[in-house]
Amino acid sequence: MTRTPFLRSFHWGSETTLRSLSFFYVGVLIILPIAAITIEALKGGLGPLWSNIITAQAIYAIKLTFITAFFMVIFNVITGIATAWVLVRYDFPLKNLMNALIDLPFAIPTVVTGIMLVALYGPRSILGGFLNKQGIEIVFDKPGIVLALMYVSFPFVVRAVQPVLQELDKDMEEAAKTLGARPLTIFRRIVLPTITTAILTGAALSFSRAIGEFGSIAIISGNIPYKTQVASVYIYGELESYNPQGALGLSVVLLICSFIILVLLNCLQVWSRKHEQVQ
Amino acid sequence: MNRFNDRIKIEHKPHRLGKYILIITVAVWFFVMILTPIFGIVREAFGEGLDVFMATLTAQESIHSFVLTFWITAATVVINTIFGLILAITLVKQRFRGKLFMEGVVDLPFAVSPVVAGFMFILLFGPRGWIGSWFEAGGIKIVYAFPGMLLATLFVTLPFVAREIMPVLKEFGLQQEESAYVLGASAWQTFWKVTLPSVKWGLAYGITLTIARSIGEFGAVLVVSGSIINKTQTATLHIHQQFTDYNYIGAFSAAIILAMTSFIILTAMQRLYRRKGVD
Repeated sequence: MTRTPFLRSFHWGSETTLRSLSFFYVGVLIILPIAAITIEALKGGLGPLWSNIITAQAIYAIKLTFITAFFMVIFNVITGIATAWVLVRYDFPLKNLMNALIDLPFAIPTVVTGIMLVALYGPRSILGGFLNKQGIEIVFDKPGIVLALMYVSFPFVVRAVQPVLQELDKDMEEAAKTLGARPLTIFRRIVLPTITTAILTGAALSFSRAIGEFGSIAIISGNIPYKTQVASVYIYGELESYNPQGALGLSVVLLICSFIILVLLNCLQVWSRKHEQVQ
Repeated sequence: MNRFNDRIKIEHKPHRLGKYILIITVAVWFFVMILTPIFGIVREAFGEGLDVFMATLTAQESIHSFVLTFWITAATVVINTIFGLILAITLVKQRFRGKLFMEGVVDLPFAVSPVVAGFMFILLFGPRGWIGSWFEAGGIKIVYAFPGMLLATLFVTLPFVAREIMPVLKEFGLQQEESAYVLGASAWQTFWKVTLPSVKWGLAYGITLTIARSIGEFGAVLVVSGSIINKTQTATLHIHQQFTDYNYIGAFSAAIILAMTSFIILTAMQRLYRRKGVD
């Protein structure tokens, strides 16, 4: 990347322009809005902000957000690894179609996801009516929230693990097999260590998506305080009832979580790159 | 030798069985989880016949919402393509103070909850915000009007174009551009004839992702728009409104149109993704 001074002098004019435009773009759209919310949150001091976070309803909402996100991550990590494995290692009819449809949850608007799940599992549908009779409520209850989160973040783990599995050398697995290792042992001792970073990346991305998710949950949860109200819906409710102060507390909590996850993801990337070089 | 072969066969058997069980489980899971909800909304939308479906879709506020979604998407694509290119070129080809910070910040829109994003824009561009109060003095409304909705959509889709182009630009390097310059091409000519063609598939893929997200964005736009019927209501907001008004056919039929659009976008995504890999 070393450039002769002569070229640098030529680029100087356009370089400054490009850099200023980039700073303007990122500044107006990302940095200023975050500065605005930070200053607004700190204006009244930490005390009032804290008291907005520790109201019973807000605490319930944040707890519910984390618990539902946690369940979703567990489900999606298991199904995600299985899906990636099947897509990479085996051939079966309709495999290409399935591979193409993995990204569908990213393409469908989240509101539409919520609507679809209500149509399928809601009390008006055949399946929902049947489940209702068994005493299982999905829509307007917590299982519905987990289901919606599973839907909208399904592709993350699959798409993180898939390329790593594809590049994984089969030599070691075959060596282990000839030495008499069982399939599960091979998976646990040879495959799993290699795809751990990819799994963690996928899990972190889905978790980050889940704690912020709004559209699908706004539809499927019914927004019942102390039952199905998650953090993002709580924030929206406070804004709608003209109480921005109440919305600030949980907004700051969610923002801090997003920052932490971003930093963790960057660390994971750096770590895996170093790991690769060592190998 | 014979005995050895037998042993291998015996050890392969459980593996085979496991393989089929795994394929079937994953396929069934995928079908039930991801695909059946789509059939659910088709059933609901056409439940009262094609005429009712068409009549609800062609209602004035429904058409207005789709037209508004179209314009927001179009404006977002134009602005984010231009600035995304500028940002990617700046981040890849230049070294400056604060570059690492900027690279980290670019990913933030993916991590921030859409509701919090909308809230930040209200704080900054609202009638009492730092920037909003200036515009308000000049008689220009940003929040609860088109500009605010555009800003919110620009925020949530900001990383797509830049993130898709950056790796391609990095791999492409500077050599060809410098050769073009040495051979007498102007900066502008170099950009059009050398840089742009090298990133075209990545750019096209980034644009597709931008379109999908712009059409589907809900939380951020809901907060900044106020969802005023026939004024600031986009297609996703229209679906939400219909759903909360218990007008299910209206919600399901509009949702079908968006779901169909997602399928088209997904197909384009698959094609472009393959192209991107080939080049």
